[in-house]
This record gives sequence, structure tokens and C-alpha cells, in this order.
Amino acid sequence: MDILQIVGLGLAVTFLALILKEKNQAFALIVSLVAGVFILLMMVDQIRLVMDMLNNMAQNAHLNNVYVATILKIIGIAYISEFGAQIAKDAGQNSIAGKIELAGKLIILVMAIPILTAIVDTVMHLMPQMGGG
Amino acid sequence: MSLDVNTIFQIAGIGIIVAMIQTVLKQMGKDDWAQWVTLIGFIVILYMAATLIDDLFEKIRQVFLYM
Repeated sequence: MDILQIVGLGLAVTFLALILKEKNQAFALIVSLVAGVFILLMMVDQIRLVMDMLNNMAQNAHLNNVYVATILKIIGIAYISEFGAQIAKDAGQNSIAGKIELAGKLIILVMAIPILTAIVDTVMHLMPQMGGG
Repeated sequence: MSLDVNTIFQIAGIGIIVAMIQTVLKQMGKDDWAQWVTLIGFIVILYMAATLIDDLFEKIRQVFLYM
């Protein structure tokens, strides 16, 4: 029954923000931001279940722990930067939203460096004769 | 969780009341007071929102970085 709560909350907040927008833009924006935070807070428990499942699967498969941790971190960064960028877009600040998304992408790329290095190392290890050309 | 949802309606109520006070004060000719009321209401709401966002970030940190 979580979904009914969330949809009801979303509709109520939409109309409240619609009324508040005529009076005061910033207040309407903060109301919608807080509603977004609440919906995410409700969803965090579900996300935790999925993450625990992924973690268990990775441990059963004897994967390297560092890679799994990195992937989980990357998923978290993607969620957070998307959230921030959409709030900024709601406020009409498209350029700030673009910068937030850019920062998220860059940080994800930096975090993926160990994985990329491991892939390149593995490929080089597979064909040692090709090194000399 | 249902207790927390009250915060949203609190914020909306503060917004509507502040807008009403602003209108009344402007009609009385006290524009500077109206501005102060808006500013203080905004700061209060911003504080509430910041507390919630801190809560959310803390939870996300627990979920995604707990290893």
C-alpha cells in the first residue's frame, strides 16, 4: 500500500505547490523539494533490500569486494545527482542542473578508474606476446 | 512515516500564512516589515528542509556506502 500513499502525497503536494506558486515562488519550490525528499526516504528502505540482495549474490560468486562497493557507490551518486539536478531544473536554473549532472558523471568516471585499470591489466595479461608489436 | 508527512503541510501552511501577512502589511503601507516577515519565514522553512535533506543524505550514505 506504499504506492497509494506516495501517489496521494504527490497529488496533494502538487496542488499545494500550485496554490503557493501564485503567492511565493520560493515557498512552492521548497514544498516540492521536501515532498521529493519524503518520497525518496520512503524508497530508501526498498533500495536497501535490493542492495543487500546484490551484495549477497556478489559474495556467493566470490567477486572482489572492492568492485561491488564501487558499483554501489556509483549507483548512489547517480541517484543523488539526478535528484539535485531535477530540483534545480524545477527552479528554472537549467545551467546549475547541467553542472550538477556533469559533476555526477565526472565523479562516476573517476570512481570507475580502478575497474577500468583492472580490465586493461587483464587484457594485457591475456596476450603477453602482443606487447612488443 | 505518517508523522513526518505533517512537515510538508506545515511548510505549505507557513507559506500561505506568510503570504497573507505580507499582503496585510503591504496594504498598511509597511513594506519593509513585509520583507522581513517573508525573509524570516523563508529561513524557518529552509531550516526544516535542510534538516530533512540531511536525514535523506545520511540514509543514502548508509545504504550505498556501508561496506
